[in-house]
Amino acid sequence: MPEVFSPQILKLLVDSFVQTLYMVGIAGVIGTLIGLPLGVFLATSQRGELFAAPAVNAVLGLIVNAARSTPFIILVVAIIPLTRLIAGTSIGTSAAIVPLTIAAAPFIARVIEAAIRGVDQGLIEAARSMGASPLQIVQKVLLPEALPAITLALTLTVVSLIGYSAMVGAVGGGGLGDLGIRFGYQRFMPDVMLAVVLVLIVLVQGVQSLGDSLARRFDKRSRH
Amino acid sequence: MTEHISSGAASDEAIIQLRGVEKTFAARGANAPVTALHEINLDVPRGAILGVIGRSGAGKSTLIRLVNGLELPSSGSVRVDGVEISALEERALRQERRSIGMIFQHFNLLARRTAFGNVALPLEIAGVSKAEIRKRVLPLLDLVGLSDKVDRYPAELSGGQKQRVGIARALATNPKVLLSDEATSALDPETTEQILALLKQVNAELDVTVLLITHEMSVIKGVADRVAVIDEGRIVEEGATYDVFTGPQHATTRNFVSSITGTRLPEHLATRLSATPSAGKEALVQLVFKGEGAAQPWLSVLTRKLDVDLGIVQAKVDHISGRPFGTLVVSLPDVAKLPALLETSKELGLETEVLGYA
Repeated sequence: MPEVFSPQILKLLVDSFVQTLYMVGIAGVIGTLIGLPLGVFLATSQRGELFAAPAVNAVLGLIVNAARSTPFIILVVAIIPLTRLIAGTSIGTSAAIVPLTIAAAPFIARVIEAAIRGVDQGLIEAARSMGASPLQIVQKVLLPEALPAITLALTLTVVSLIGYSAMVGAVGGGGLGDLGIRFGYQRFMPDVMLAVVLVLIVLVQGVQSLGDSLARRFDKRSRH
Repeated sequence: MTEHISSGAASDEAIIQLRGVEKTFAARGANAPVTALHEINLDVPRGAILGVIGRSGAGKSTLIRLVNGLELPSSGSVRVDGVEISALEERALRQERRSIGMIFQHFNLLARRTAFGNVALPLEIAGVSKAEIRKRVLPLLDLVGLSDKVDRYPAELSGGQKQRVGIARALATNPKVLLSDEATSALDPETTEQILALLKQVNAELDVTVLLITHEMSVIKGVADRVAVIDEGRIVEEGATYDVFTGPQHATTRNFVSSITGTRLPEHLATRLSATPSAGKEALVQLVFKGEGAAQPWLSVLTRKLDVDLGIVQAKVDHISGRPFGTLVVSLPDVAKLPALLETSKELGLETEVLGYA
């Protein structure tokens, strides 16, 4: 009988799956809480825009770019002191959420920015002509109109986070990727590796399909 | 009243009043500053439909955006119902915008809101309660003829229907003024007429003053009581539509008018035309009839009185603001009778112009 179906290995697979969901889920939610407002601000704060603050926009843009250009595995070890400060420890699944979140937030900010910039400028003008405040324009026009694009953007983020989460094994983060490396690679158990890859494929496929179908449901532009 | 307004004196009757308005866009990068509007004086009488016509780039978009403060003047005064728009604080300006509706060339409807939701938007922004919104939106959709499309999304509506939603939306907060930014330019001629008829209806029934900008003379002809012609950032002519159509003063106006009255000679005639008479050539005379003189049977009076034969080269009769107006180009084989023809035509109240000999 292949080792993959032994109760111990199965339990490891299930535990790792749960760890991955936990890390990606929490990092995704906190990353969105930071990245969404940041992305909206980046999309509305250039010269002549709703919250025009070109200098702040430039500085934030620089920070976001810096965070985005740091390879994830380097980010994980580089921010260990910060991780310890926030999570109380620098190793383990909960600790791994810190670098995942810090990688996710600027990524989300940029994809949200692109989604918001995709909204027709004419709608902003129409809302202004109705007497809407900048905050009302964000709340009633930009976010609702960008919802299909935002949904796709967040789907992309989650898929990327699943990929990133494979690297947090470096700090004892656990998860499916870590299982694949430790058992499949280091202990020469190719069937465990295969099982991990298959679970990841199904997971990513499921996330993408869910995102696509939600985005389609939100999109009212192509109804006939 | 007409004299009063065109004289530029302060008028209580003008709901929109622009005085000495200049608009300069600041230099950006290598681009020099651009002055979009020079010394604009314009009065829109309360209850009127005034059309501003100009080519693209003439400054009409900037002009209409000054009225609701989407653009602020570099100098000069913009007043709406007595309120100086450029002097308002941001918050007060937002409040004021609720009494100035606006419709757009590309409708600018929210794709993820139904017709109902779109008309509800300005009311939500104004903080109106859900129950009140329902009471207000349904009659408006009924007014614009869309009571069967309440729950449809913009993607499910035709261009004309989208603009109807746009009009209902612009009227939601009970504005005194409706600004129309090329509202029919993306529509086919038939739909354009329907939308113009709706604007007329709104103007008459709801007592909403309409300021519209367009590049199409047919829109002005179809709906405007008054017209202002804008060219290179200046208003070059302004007056009652019938007067401007029948007696254009400025070259730009003449161009626009001829685009619709069609009084340009066909190419093959224009090239054969010479300024002096010669053997075998006929005189081509343009007769313009308008106002009182237009109603009488002047053509048969002319031929009978002078005993001449006249050929018709080109003719166009139109009705503007319910009054006939036309241009006729006739050919006169018997050139000797030209002075008599011109004189008698003048007596009949026609404007004459000898175009040449062909």
